[in-house]
Amino acid sequence: MKEKIAEIKARALAEMEQAGDEKALKEANARFLGRKGDVAALFAEIPRLSPEERKQAGQLINELKNALEQAFARATEALAERDSREHALDVTLPGRPMAVGRLHPITKVMEEMCAIFTRMGFSVAEGPEVELDWYNFEALNFPPDHPARDMQDTFFVSDGVVLRTHTSPLQVRTMEKTRPPVRVIAPGKVFRCDSDVTHTPMFHQVEGLVVDRGISFADLKGTLTEFVTSMFGKDTPLRFRPSFFPFTEPSAEVDIGCVMCKGAGCRICKKTGWLEILGSGMVHPAVFENVNYDTSQYTGFAFGLGVERVAMLKYGIDDIRRFFENDGKFLQQF
Amino acid sequence: MIVSMSWLKDYVDIGLSAGALADALTMRGLEVEAVRDRYAYLSSVKVARILEAGPHPRADKLTLCRVDAGDGEVTIVCGAPNARKGLLTALALPGTELPSGAIVNEAEIRGVLSKGMLCSESELGLSDDAAGILELPGRMKPGTPIARALKLSDFILEIGVTPNRPDCLCMLGVAREVAAITGKKLRLPETGASRQGGETARLTSVAIEAPQDCPRYVARLLLNAKIGPSPFWLRDRLSAVGQRPLNNIVDVTNYVMLELGQPLHAFDLDLLEERRIVVRRALPGEPFVTLDGQKRELLPENLMICDGKKPVALAGVMGGLNSEINGNTQNVLLESAYFSPMSVRRTSKKLGYHTEASHRFERGVDPEGQLRAADRAIALMAEVSGGTVVKGAVDSHPAPVKRRKVTLSVKQANRILGTKIPGQKMAGLISSVDIPVTKLDRDRLSATIPGFRPDISRPEDLVEEVARLWGFDRIPVTTPQFPMEAENEDGFLAFRRSLRAVMTGLGFSEAVNYSFAPGNAGDLLDLSPEDRRRSTVALLNPLSEDMAVMRSSLCSGLLAAAGRNVNQQNRDLAMFELGKTFVAVAGEKLPQETFYLAAVLCGSRQPASWAVTEQPRDFYDAKGAVEAVLAAFKIQGARFSPAGKVEFPYLRPGHGAEVRHGDLLLGCAGQVSPSVARRFDIKAPIFLVELNAHHLSSLAPEAITFAPPSRYPSVTRDITLIVARAAQAQDVIARVLSMGNEWVESMDAIDVYVGNPIAEGKKSMTFRITYRSFEATLTDAEVNTLHEKIGRDLVQAFNAELP
Repeated sequence: MKEKIAEIKARALAEMEQAGDEKALKEANARFLGRKGDVAALFAEIPRLSPEERKQAGQLINELKNALEQAFARATEALAERDSREHALDVTLPGRPMAVGRLHPITKVMEEMCAIFTRMGFSVAEGPEVELDWYNFEALNFPPDHPARDMQDTFFVSDGVVLRTHTSPLQVRTMEKTRPPVRVIAPGKVFRCDSDVTHTPMFHQVEGLVVDRGISFADLKGTLTEFVTSMFGKDTPLRFRPSFFPFTEPSAEVDIGCVMCKGAGCRICKKTGWLEILGSGMVHPAVFENVNYDTSQYTGFAFGLGVERVAMLKYGIDDIRRFFENDGKFLQQF
Repeated sequence: MIVSMSWLKDYVDIGLSAGALADALTMRGLEVEAVRDRYAYLSSVKVARILEAGPHPRADKLTLCRVDAGDGEVTIVCGAPNARKGLLTALALPGTELPSGAIVNEAEIRGVLSKGMLCSESELGLSDDAAGILELPGRMKPGTPIARALKLSDFILEIGVTPNRPDCLCMLGVAREVAAITGKKLRLPETGASRQGGETARLTSVAIEAPQDCPRYVARLLLNAKIGPSPFWLRDRLSAVGQRPLNNIVDVTNYVMLELGQPLHAFDLDLLEERRIVVRRALPGEPFVTLDGQKRELLPENLMICDGKKPVALAGVMGGLNSEINGNTQNVLLESAYFSPMSVRRTSKKLGYHTEASHRFERGVDPEGQLRAADRAIALMAEVSGGTVVKGAVDSHPAPVKRRKVTLSVKQANRILGTKIPGQKMAGLISSVDIPVTKLDRDRLSATIPGFRPDISRPEDLVEEVARLWGFDRIPVTTPQFPMEAENEDGFLAFRRSLRAVMTGLGFSEAVNYSFAPGNAGDLLDLSPEDRRRSTVALLNPLSEDMAVMRSSLCSGLLAAAGRNVNQQNRDLAMFELGKTFVAVAGEKLPQETFYLAAVLCGSRQPASWAVTEQPRDFYDAKGAVEAVLAAFKIQGARFSPAGKVEFPYLRPGHGAEVRHGDLLLGCAGQVSPSVARRFDIKAPIFLVELNAHHLSSLAPEAITFAPPSRYPSVTRDITLIVARAAQAQDVIARVLSMGNEWVESMDAIDVYVGNPIAEGKKSMTFRITYRSFEATLTDAEVNTLHEKIGRDLVQAFNAELP
């Protein structure tokens, strides 16, 4: 009996190992482990053995059965693996195309700017793009027939109506509707009748306004420094220099160290090492008077950022007009 | 404002390099936009010694010179009479651009190659001396740059002067700022002071009939002048700052304007009828010819300088041709006046002039400066023209201006700036720019504002002076303290951001087009004459006909962008824009501004690849995009129907759908009509989506409530109906869903077929219905019974046959 078991085991293992395909393997399995197979035949012989032999034989046949079952599982797996390998895919072929849409770079930059300010606690306001002269100019302390109006080439619509030349009308519109404290930004389109390599008749700004008791020029510096370092990196140098806007006083232009040449002087910064990125200042008391804010109680600061300028710096775009040509090869890059 | 550093040094010692001065001015509010070396053009002109001078073999008047140029010997052909052996002179190397505009080249002159040019002072723009080449003294080394050898140094600063600082539109004003920076003393130019009246008052008179527009007019006289070119120093100064010299009298008016900021005008006294000046408003339609030869019809708001009979100058803007200084002028009347900024601006704007004079008057000249400028100019005129100054001045001053006093609270200033600058320091800063300050009490300073600072009228103006002179960089950096309030985000803003995300997720790229549209955009889109989108907002001063109005629809901009892309071989496009449209509203000053979402699709759905065959996009891609947007925002109950011709005339008939929800027209999806597409240079089929973003936002449910899904399995059954071609899938599905059977979970159209063996005029549509119960697993028998019942109902309702 013992010899017989050993002989069947050797034969079975060899046959299973050598089975060339699934069908041969299954036949071998049936021959040995099937209902009429060799192992079943061995079990059938047990009753004919002496009681002493029975126990030992049963144990041996069970061991044989386990061994063969394991061998069958191993062989099945090996065959499957060989089959997968034989049918290997060309994984270097491109996948089935799935379209990826892109946001316009202006949208991306504007959202990034707004996100920085909203994280600081600013809320967002919007207003009309076709605007009353009152909001665009007069309430912002641009008197009629004043040369300060020449700083912005205006598109006129009708008597007293213009395309807004900046997002600053939102300062007045916001203050008309709310009492201090005010912390608001206003992103949007603005228009000036000017068109060349560095100017388009439509562009985008993000306006900001903070009004409360005790707001100082030092706070303006702090807030804009925080913005600049969030937007352009911790080590970005910046400087505030005096300028003029009718609706702020003192007024400041903010320059950052040229991101292209790191201050060494290049074509982009016109060899100065500095890039002008925003205008700002303390809200002029005449503006507060126009919205009935008590100037003895409240002070505030305002600022306006040019979005295109920042997007051009961020992405290395050479010509502002590209933003509005909407060439697919341009849009796909963002 | 263009400033010459060497000219500035007449009034103040500088002691800073040009770069350092430019930085210091910029940081005090006078932005220096460019710094140029005035003598850069001399960089290739060197000291050279003539080693040998001999006759030119083929030209009598030319000399052949062997020249030591410092780094070697060269041969130069020279025509100057003083070219001789041993002479130290100036050699312009090839490439030098001379002030005349001529460029020095290596040239063959009568058979001899000349490698440069020996120059006279005149040729180098250093004086009028053209008699011979430069004769340099002493032991200068050949090869030394000529500018260094002659100690020529000047830097030109271009300053962007902001409109509030007219005082810096002259050398003296900039010098005052420099003096404040360096702490040096300002030197005023010398003028012999004249007295009111005198001989001048006997020879002429000034009558001001419009004192509002002209509060002051000073006239002085110069007799027996000889008109001619100005001396070199005067022409040199003017050209240094970019002014073209004309003649000695006019050059002096420009020189003094640049020096003191007061525009001046010189009349030929003998051309003034009755030899007197009348200042009045123009008569309507009065004709006038300005100096530049332009003939104008005057408006009643134009302030005119007139003689006894007629206008002779457009006050503060430009003189007249009828009274200008000319070669025969002998006697000169010099005008030095204060014209109101508003009056000058109205005239210059209306008539389209912008002159050096109007630029300064519009911003406000010093109302105290007229007499000084007249005295300075008349003395200079006498000096350069040989004329005789008539004693005295006519100073017509009907409306004298009083100096303002402005009080500054030191505490308030420090509060606004966030600084702790002592009052004493503030007083020092303000007075450093010649604004006298006195201390009123422990907190308050009183400043008396001089006439040259029209920008200062309230305390904040002084705060600005303190801040800029103290230095913005010395103001601390703090952040505002605010209560922690989280304001709700504007819902529509957030909606638009999600909408953009949905569109990019669907594979559309975002476009941003100009908000302008061509004046004929309505015609391009075939809009009917009554269409509200024809009520456009027109610009009074458009940049071009293509940008004449504000867009009333996003379509024209997107189609134009698509056309440009197709021309650039970007044929497979999926592009969207989310932006405002503008429609004028009768009786309202401002138009209605409405956000729309629009998208265009053309070309193939996917690029050709091994995995998919290229499939052209069609109507259902556009409609699919609309459905995806509706699904993304969980907007249910929208209905599609054939697009109306009135609202959507730009869609191809039978190939467009409009989308409605209740009473709201949300928009459309469809193929652009080929004739419209061709107007935008698009020949292939192009599909359009247009949706009103406000409507979408209003329909998107604010709150979402979770409903647990059924735990039991679903069963699907298909049904095929043969129906009339005109039958609509939407109706079939709507009928089944509205039967109210709770086991029907969903129904989709899975196949549509037209053609053999289906009869003419019919089509076969296959639907898949998904059945599921919330209470139990449905048995085949239960589903079959219901499915057959639905089938019978549809056959009857749609007059259908089963296959």
